[in-house]
Amino acid sequence: MTTTYELALGSLLLTGGTVLGSDGPVLADVLIENGIITAIGQGLNAPDAEVLDVEGCTVGPGFVDLHTHLREPGKEQAETIETGTRAAALGGFTAVVAMPNTDPVLDSAFVVRAVLGLGATAMAEVAVAGAITVGRNGQELAPMAELSKLGVMLFTDDGTGVQNGGVARRALDYCRGLGATYAEHCEDLGIAAGGVVHEGYWSSKLGLPGQPASAEEAMVARDLLLAGELGARLHLLHLSTEGSVDLVRRAKAAGIKVTAEAAPHHFTLTDASIASFDAVYKVNPPLRPAHHGDAVVAGLLDGTIDAIATDHAPHTPETKDLPFDEAPPGMLGLETAFSLSYERLVLGEGLAMEGLFDLLSTNPARIAGLDAQSDRPFGQSEHGGRVTVGRTANVVVIDPRAAWTVEGSSLASLAQNTPYEGRKLQGVVRHTILRGEVVVRNGEPTR
Amino acid sequence: MATRERTHAHPKGAVFVPTAEIASAGDVRRGLTRMAHEVFERHGDVHDLVVVGLQTGGIQPSHLLHEQLVRISGHEIPLGTLDVAFYRDDIGLRPVLPEAATDIPVDLDGMVVLLVDDVLFTGRTIRAALNALTDFGRARAIELAVLVDRGHRELPIRADYVGKNLPTSRAESVDASIDGIMLGRLEPK
Amino acid sequence: MIGPHLLSLEDLGTEGIVEILNVAESFAEVERRTMKKVPALKGKVVATVFFEESTRTRLSFETAAKRLSADVLSLSVASSSVKKGESLKDTLKTIEALGIDAVIIRHRSSGAPLQATRWLEDIHVVNAGDGWHEHPSQGLLDAFTVRQAWAQAEGVDAASTGSELFQGKRIVIVGDIAHSRVARSDVLAYQALGAHVTLCAPATLLPPSVEGWDVEVTTDLDGLLADVDLVSVLRLQAERGSGECVPSLREFTNSFGMTAARTAKLPPHALITHPGPMVRGIEIASEVADDPRCLVTTQVHNGVAVRMAVLFLLLSGGSMAFTDGEGS
Repeated sequence: MTTTYELALGSLLLTGGTVLGSDGPVLADVLIENGIITAIGQGLNAPDAEVLDVEGCTVGPGFVDLHTHLREPGKEQAETIETGTRAAALGGFTAVVAMPNTDPVLDSAFVVRAVLGLGATAMAEVAVAGAITVGRNGQELAPMAELSKLGVMLFTDDGTGVQNGGVARRALDYCRGLGATYAEHCEDLGIAAGGVVHEGYWSSKLGLPGQPASAEEAMVARDLLLAGELGARLHLLHLSTEGSVDLVRRAKAAGIKVTAEAAPHHFTLTDASIASFDAVYKVNPPLRPAHHGDAVVAGLLDGTIDAIATDHAPHTPETKDLPFDEAPPGMLGLETAFSLSYERLVLGEGLAMEGLFDLLSTNPARIAGLDAQSDRPFGQSEHGGRVTVGRTANVVVIDPRAAWTVEGSSLASLAQNTPYEGRKLQGVVRHTILRGEVVVRNGEPTR
Repeated sequence: MATRERTHAHPKGAVFVPTAEIASAGDVRRGLTRMAHEVFERHGDVHDLVVVGLQTGGIQPSHLLHEQLVRISGHEIPLGTLDVAFYRDDIGLRPVLPEAATDIPVDLDGMVVLLVDDVLFTGRTIRAALNALTDFGRARAIELAVLVDRGHRELPIRADYVGKNLPTSRAESVDASIDGIMLGRLEPK
Repeated sequence: MIGPHLLSLEDLGTEGIVEILNVAESFAEVERRTMKKVPALKGKVVATVFFEESTRTRLSFETAAKRLSADVLSLSVASSSVKKGESLKDTLKTIEALGIDAVIIRHRSSGAPLQATRWLEDIHVVNAGDGWHEHPSQGLLDAFTVRQAWAQAEGVDAASTGSELFQGKRIVIVGDIAHSRVARSDVLAYQALGAHVTLCAPATLLPPSVEGWDVEVTTDLDGLLADVDLVSVLRLQAERGSGECVPSLREFTNSFGMTAARTAKLPPHALITHPGPMVRGIEIASEVADDPRCLVTTQVHNGVAVRMAVLFLLLSGGSMAFTDGEGS
């Protein structure tokens, strides 16, 4: 096995935390040596180790984001691999999947290799989702086999869905052959008809072109049928409607190999926010009425939706200052995802902390193929799972007792387009440990 | 009555609290009759006269004065109303709402305009009225009749016919109508 | 409460709307004078910034401002640097730097005037039509026009009637409601004044949701004609994609056009309005447009007095000013 990543030398002792181990949460110290978890137990002693007192905190596997727009190459004024992974580390993520809608698009080995190369030394591991079609044009298939050899496990034209059902079917089939996963941004552009917000009360009142829930659901249904027919593995990005959740629930019951993700903004904000005509609330899929968000939460709780993914989408202030219908969709997500999910799912719905870690770490790691050490040329280390002896030390320490206030200008992202400006959130990411290196200490990035 | 209450309402919601009656309704009527005679004496012939009441306090007095002038002269005299909201120089300093219609029934070219108002104070309302009237033609002369002149002028303006000269302090407030003249003060609601 | 901006009629409430209509009556009197100008806004600077051309609305606002003695700056998108890539925000900041008191904005995007209020300090913003959202001054002048017509019919002074004349009145708004900013402002105005509003359009030209609008909705225009006091006809907004929403203009006219035959079925007292510009033969037949009950030219005429009232009330200070508590 060859690995290109490096483990941090030295030792680190986390004392007094609640550790999410293989037998459930235990009060224990965790010793990390040369990047590997070497001991878990009470009263551990390591004279040379850096000690972090994590009493009252939860020690779990680092989060994995299935859906990050790092913007490099092409829009480095909004985000770079460096700043985006710093934001990820601050959010408790030890790995992110970079979306391919960059400029140029991540549809060739050359560009993918460049991104993976920059990611190799970043503050969070970077995996790549390759484009399904050349230039994300929805027509010719991208060289997926070539990209697959570089370790790309997910393919998507995210930003848009593959509109032509024939192309989608062919791509699903091709991915199946590669053992890769086809991931869809579900939006039928014909049904969406140029809508920039959810079609309903607010779109009607504000005179903003709306897109109906069915624009998403129609493509969800199409892809489920295709994946079922082909036996292909399908991942559905940022599901946001009640109907989508219901379709996936039934597909899973029918044995279709589908996984799904949801973004925190879809279950913590509603389309009422757009009354301000502030484009910071413009996102695709659009914010929707509360009952859709409730359905998404129900899906997250019952396992229909496997993962929470941020859809972190940085945009410069000048583009967000455009009129609502002209501004680009998307909002920051990496640094707020944990607190928002913790508030809604753990505090609000009584989900166990382990359940939240499944949604933010274990399940997305599995979907992205980051759950085990790989022998890929730009191999990533192992993520998700539980904090156990012998695993690579990708760990996050969170403090559920602390709260913080969101300030766009003090986020690590280059852009500031957070829709949660000024909001006080419960649950703080204290430390993030990447392969044994403390990349975030006491909420501050170490590099 | 509604009009009276409205004139009593201070922009900031203060109310007029009377402290002394200066003149009764009868006194006011007698004053207006005297003024009508003075007008008639000054002009003899009132054929080119037009009476214009200032919205809103000058409207009722203008009606009474007009009635007397018609009675004394024995022929029709045009009667109009003027709202000066759009001509005020304190726009932007306080809410100014046009309270009622402007209605100037004749071209003022060559006419003698008799402006009628309730109280003459700083002179600013009259200044606005003079400006407004120029938009309706070039009057031969403009004269002013008021029920009360309470002093404190801020502009070189004087009344030609005065019902009652009433020295006041600036802190005081005067309410004059055909129902009588009261001295008082403004108090917050 | 009026001001500091006029963005949506929803912000005005019944009282605010009535106040504007009443003040507009005073300005209508000014318009009847030989000397049509008053010095009310002398020294104030009003800018019209139209990112979407509309000669009639711009002229109406500029005439209103000039009759109030305000100075008028006029920026048209065609002659501006917007085409060179300047953003809405920068364009407005530039105008602001010229020292203006109010800006009148027309924009193809819903919400642009509201966004402008976040970027400008101490400048009154007037929405002269934004996307499909609202066209508040049009809603006000439509209400002003029909109130005046109803007052005249009853021989009363319009200004003294408040919202009385709207009580129990049945108003039908017909045509492309989905893409119409006029429809949204008309609905808000007529409802605030107490009328009963029915929207009539093919399903594809109705807003997706009328939840909270307190209106009736129907696709049957003919069924409404016998019992209606006002038919407000809207323009089919071909340039906003309404063409795709109906199979053909002929089919639209057949079901929703205000034809002579339909007009003949109206009660004799019923009025017809249209915000203009009219497409004769499509949403309104030529002979209906010229019918004395059709108030189109009166609407255009009244636009000036209503916009004078809006500018006067926003800019004349007092309760409408930005300050809180300062004043007399």
